[in-house]
Amino acid sequence: MENLEALTVEALSKVEDAENLSVLDQIRVEYLGKKGNITALLKTLGKLPADERPKAGEKINLAKADVANRISERKQALEHAAIQAKLNSETIDVTLDGRNSGLGGLHPVTRTLQRIESIFASAGYSVEQGPEIEDDFHNFEALNIPSHHPARAMHDTFYISPSEVLRTHTSPVQIRTMEMQQPPIRVICPGRVYRCDSDLTHTPMFHQVEGLAVDTNISFADLKGTVDQFLKAFFETDVPVRFRPSYFPFTEPSAEVDIQCSNCAGAGCRVCKQTGWIEVMGCGMVHPNVFAHCDIDTEVYSGFAFGMGVERLAMMKYGVNDLRLFFENDLDFLRQF
Amino acid sequence: MKFSESWLREWVNPDISTDALVEQLTMAGLEVDSVEPVAGKFDRVVVGEIVNVEQHPNADKLRVCEVLGLEEKKYTVVCGAPNARPGIKVPFAMVGAELPGDIKIKKAKLRGVESFGMLCGQTELEAGDDDSGLWELADNAPVGEDLRVHLQLDDNVIEVDLTPNRSDCLGVKGIAREVGVLNRADVKAFAPAEQKIELKETFPIDISSPEDCPLYCGRVIKGVDVSRSSPLWLQEKLRRSDIRPIDAVVDVTNYVLIELGQPMHAFDLAKLSGGINVRRAEAGEKLRLLNEQEVSLTSDTLVIADQAKAVAMAGIMGGAETAVSKSTTDLLLEAAFFNPISIAGKARNYGLHTDSSHRFERGVDYQLAVEAMERATELILAIVGGKAGPIAKIEHVETLPVVRKVELRKARIEHGLGFAIPDADVVDILTRLGLTLDKEGDADWTFKVPSYRFDIAIEEDLLEELARIYGYNNLPTTTNLVPQVLPYKSESRLDVGRFDALLVARDYREVITYSFIDPSLHASCFADQPAVELLNPISADLSVMRTSLIPGLLDTLVKNVNRQHARVRLYEKGLRFVKNGEHLDQTQGIAGLLYGSRRDKSWLADKDDVDFFDIKGDVEALLKLGGLEFSFTASSEHGFMHPGQTAAVAIKGQPIGFIGALHPELVRTQGLNKSVFVFELDLQLLLESALPSFSGISRYPEVERDLAFLVKTDIAASDLLTAIESSAGENLKELKVFDIYSGEGIDSERKSVAFHLTFQHSSRTLNEDEVNKAVDAVVNTLEGDFDATLR
Repeated sequence: MENLEALTVEALSKVEDAENLSVLDQIRVEYLGKKGNITALLKTLGKLPADERPKAGEKINLAKADVANRISERKQALEHAAIQAKLNSETIDVTLDGRNSGLGGLHPVTRTLQRIESIFASAGYSVEQGPEIEDDFHNFEALNIPSHHPARAMHDTFYISPSEVLRTHTSPVQIRTMEMQQPPIRVICPGRVYRCDSDLTHTPMFHQVEGLAVDTNISFADLKGTVDQFLKAFFETDVPVRFRPSYFPFTEPSAEVDIQCSNCAGAGCRVCKQTGWIEVMGCGMVHPNVFAHCDIDTEVYSGFAFGMGVERLAMMKYGVNDLRLFFENDLDFLRQF
Repeated sequence: MKFSESWLREWVNPDISTDALVEQLTMAGLEVDSVEPVAGKFDRVVVGEIVNVEQHPNADKLRVCEVLGLEEKKYTVVCGAPNARPGIKVPFAMVGAELPGDIKIKKAKLRGVESFGMLCGQTELEAGDDDSGLWELADNAPVGEDLRVHLQLDDNVIEVDLTPNRSDCLGVKGIAREVGVLNRADVKAFAPAEQKIELKETFPIDISSPEDCPLYCGRVIKGVDVSRSSPLWLQEKLRRSDIRPIDAVVDVTNYVLIELGQPMHAFDLAKLSGGINVRRAEAGEKLRLLNEQEVSLTSDTLVIADQAKAVAMAGIMGGAETAVSKSTTDLLLEAAFFNPISIAGKARNYGLHTDSSHRFERGVDYQLAVEAMERATELILAIVGGKAGPIAKIEHVETLPVVRKVELRKARIEHGLGFAIPDADVVDILTRLGLTLDKEGDADWTFKVPSYRFDIAIEEDLLEELARIYGYNNLPTTTNLVPQVLPYKSESRLDVGRFDALLVARDYREVITYSFIDPSLHASCFADQPAVELLNPISADLSVMRTSLIPGLLDTLVKNVNRQHARVRLYEKGLRFVKNGEHLDQTQGIAGLLYGSRRDKSWLADKDDVDFFDIKGDVEALLKLGGLEFSFTASSEHGFMHPGQTAAVAIKGQPIGFIGALHPELVRTQGLNKSVFVFELDLQLLLESALPSFSGISRYPEVERDLAFLVKTDIAASDLLTAIESSAGENLKELKVFDIYSGEGIDSERKSVAFHLTFQHSSRTLNEDEVNKAVDAVVNTLEGDFDATLR
C-alpha cells in the first residue's frame, strides 16, 4: 500500500515515454492488468483494518483511473502521430496528369452534322441516307434537271459512266425517300457530295444536309418558319434571316437564304463582300415535276426542301478560315474540335 | 450579265440610289455580284493635248511636254511616260486636282524644270488596268473638257449573277423591265424606227432544219466604210460590259446583244457564195472559227452554211473566213431564233462558251429578231454609212414556240404561299411582268406568257412571280409545322453515334478522307481487286473510288507522321465502293488505325508501342455494344495484312470485317518504321443489337477453379474455350484465360494455358462433387480432343 504512490509515478513516467502502441499496451498490462502491479494492491486491502479499507480502496482506484486516463491520452496522441506520419509519407503532387486521360475527338464536320441532326430530330425529322454513286435518274432527271438543262453544267459532275455519277448533291435521297414512302414525310439527308472543282474555296468532296417535308397544307410560310427557326437554333442567337428569290430546277418557288453577317452586324465588310449578309442555304417548295416522278399527288400534297453545306456552317460556327483544312486531317487541326 | 448603271437608267430611271437599286435587284432574284465605280474619285482632270515634247535637260527618262488644257491654254508638264508624243490626247490633271489615293497635284519643280500638273494613265485614275503609259483618248476628244463628263465616268458597273431560268434578263432591256415592275416606274418604250430601204437586194436564205431554227432574218447592207470606228459612248458602254471594242460593225452587234439580249452576226457578203442554209453539220466538216480555232464538226451541231461550206456555228460563233474585215464593204446581218435544246451543251462540246451560246442555250425572245435587226441597222448606217436592203425573214411557225397559257387558281395562292393576295394585285403584278390576262373566272385566271419568259410554264411559276415581286420577306412566316406521326425507331438498331462516342472515349480521332484515292495506293493494298474509276478525275492521284477505308487512313497516317506526329490513332466512317460482278456494292464501313506508343507521353505511362491486343480490345468493345455473339479467327486472306497477326471478325457467324497488323512490306514502302494496326468492319451489320432479356439473379455462392493445361503452341485459345464451355455443364457461369506461358520448363512445342472457371447454380448451393465432376469432364475433353495435359 505504501508504494502506491511510487508505482503510480513510475507508471505515469513509463506512459509518457512510451513510443508506440504496443509498448503502451505492455504498460497497461504491467500496471492495470489482472495481474498488474497496481491491481495487485487491491488484493492487499484485506490485510487492512476494515475501517481503512474503503479509503485505501478508493485511493487505489483513483490511481488506476489516473493511469488508465493517461494511457488513453497517450494512445490517442500516438494514434494521431501515426496517422500524421502516414499522411506525410503518402502526400503526392496532385497537379500531375491523371492516368490514361487520352480522349479522341469527332471531326468538325461530324460534330456539326450531329448538331444539325439533333435539332431536326427534336422536330420529328428522321435521318435518311443514300448511295454516293448515283444514277442519272435520281441525281438529275427526277429532280427536273433533264440532260440538256443548263443547270447540269453548273454541277461540275464526276462521271463513273455516261449514266452514273458521283452524286452532286444530297437531293437524290429526297427522291429515294419519296419512292419508298408516302406522306407525311419529314426527313433530313446528310452526306458526302462531289463536284469536279478544286481551288481555295472548293474541295472536290464536301457535305450537305438536305431536308424534306411533305404533307397536306404545307406552304412557303412553313418553309420560311422552319429555316428561320433552324438557323436561330443552330447559331444560338436571334440572327436576322432573309430569303431571296433564286432558282433550283427541283423547287418552285426557290429561295436562297442569307443570315446577317456576324462580323459587321450587317454594316458591310470584307467577309460579306459589303452586302451585310452571308448566304447559308438554298430552299424552296418541291416542284410538281419532282412529285410526279415519285407518284405523289400534287392536288393533295405539297412540300418543301432545303439544303445546306455543312463545311460552310462549321466554318462560320468555329471560325475555320480555310475549307481545305477539313480534308487534310492534320492532327493539329483535328485536336481543336 | 455586266452593264453600266447609266445605261440601265436610260431605260428606266426610278428615283432611288445605287445602293437601293442594287438591293432591289438582289431581292428580286437577280443577285448583284458586284458594284464597281467606273473610275476612282478625282476632279480637275481634263482632256489635254500634247502639242510639243522635248527631252528634259537633266533627266534621261523625263520629257518636257507642252499641253493644251483648260480654255486652250498651254501648260508645261514634266512627264516620264514612254508614249508621250505630240498629237495625242490624254487625261490632264491640272494644278489643284485630287487623284485617287489622296494625291494632290501642285505646281512642282522636277530636276530644275517647273511642271504645272500631271498627265495620267488609266491606273492612276482607277479607270482601267492599262499601266503601260499615258491613257490615249480619242482623236476627236474635245480639249479642255472635264474627263468625267467626257467619258461619263460618274457611273457604276453592275454585275448580276443570273440564275439559268432568267434569260430574259440577259439584256439591259430585260433588267429595265424588272426594275420598272419593282418601282412601278415607266420603262422607255423602245421601238427602233423601220429603216429606210434603199436597196432591193436580198440574199437567199433557206432553213433545212426548222426544228433547230424556226426563224432566221437576214439583211443586206451595202457600201459601208469599216474604217470608221464606233463612237466613244458606244465603246464605253461595251467596255463597261467587259466587251472589247473591235470594229464598228462587230461593236454594233455586241451592243445590240447587251442592250436587247439578241445575239447577232455580220457576214462579209462578198465572201458568201450562193445563199444561206441553216442545217446540221456533216460529220467531220471543218470550220475555222473567229477565234482561229479549227474545229471538226459533229453531225448534231447546227451550222449556218453557204452553198460551199459551213460559215458559222449557229448561235455559238461565226467563222473566220466570212467575218467582217478591213476590206469589207457589203454585209449580211443575221438575227435568228435557235431552239435552246439544239444549242444546249454544244458550245461546251467544243470547249467554247460565248455570249451568244450563253443566251441561246437559255432562251432568246423569239419575237425579238426583227426589232434587233432594225436597231443594229440604225446604228450601222449611222456609224459606217451604207444602204440597207429589206429584211428577209424566214419563219417556220410550226416549230416556233407556242404562246403558253397558264392557269392560276385563286385558292392556290394562299395554299402555296400561306397568304392571300388581293385579286387586283395579282393581276397587276403579272401584267406588269408582261403577262396578259386571257380569261378570268370566279375561281381562276388564265394568263398568256410573253415570248421572253422561257421559265413560266405552270401554276407554281406564277406563284413564284407573285412572291418575288411581293417580296419573299414580306410573306408570312409560320412555326406551327408539327409532326403528325412520331418517327419509327427500333431499339435493336444502334445509333452510329454510340460507336463515335466509344472510339472517341478510347482516344481515337475521327478523320474524313476523300472517297477517291490514288490508284497506286489502292493497288498496293488490293492488287487483284478492281476499283471503280472516275471518267474525269480532278487529278491522277484522286482517280479511283475506295473499296476500303484503310488506304485513306494509311495515307492520313503517313502525312501526319511526316508532320512529326509520332502517335496516331484514327478512325473513319463512310461508304466503300466494291464491284461485285456487274453489280456495285456501296456499303457503310467503319475503320480504325493505331500507330506508335500505347499511351500519350506521360510521367507514369508505360513506354510500349501498341500491339495487336490494343486494337483488338477496342474492336471487342465496339462489338459488345451490340451484345451479339462475336468471334475472331486467324486469317491470311488479305495480302496487305500480316499473315500471322490478322483475324477475321464475325457476328453470329456472319463475317463483318477484319483486324490486325499491316504487312511489314507495305509499312516499309510507306516509309513508316513501326507496326501499323488496323480494323475495318461493316457498319450496317455492326448496328444490329440484341435487346436485353432478363434471366434472373442467383443468390447462391460461386465456386471457382483454376486449371492450367499444356497444349501444342498452334492451338487457338478460342478453340479451347469453346471446348470447355461445351463440356463444363450448365453451371459454368464464367470462363477466362488468365495466363499464357511458354519457355523455360516447358516442351518447346507446347504452351501452358491457364483458365479461371466460375460455377454457380441458380437456385441452390453447388456441392463439391458437382464441381469436381464438371472439372473432370473438362479435363477429359481437353485431353481427348487437344492432346492437352493438366499441369
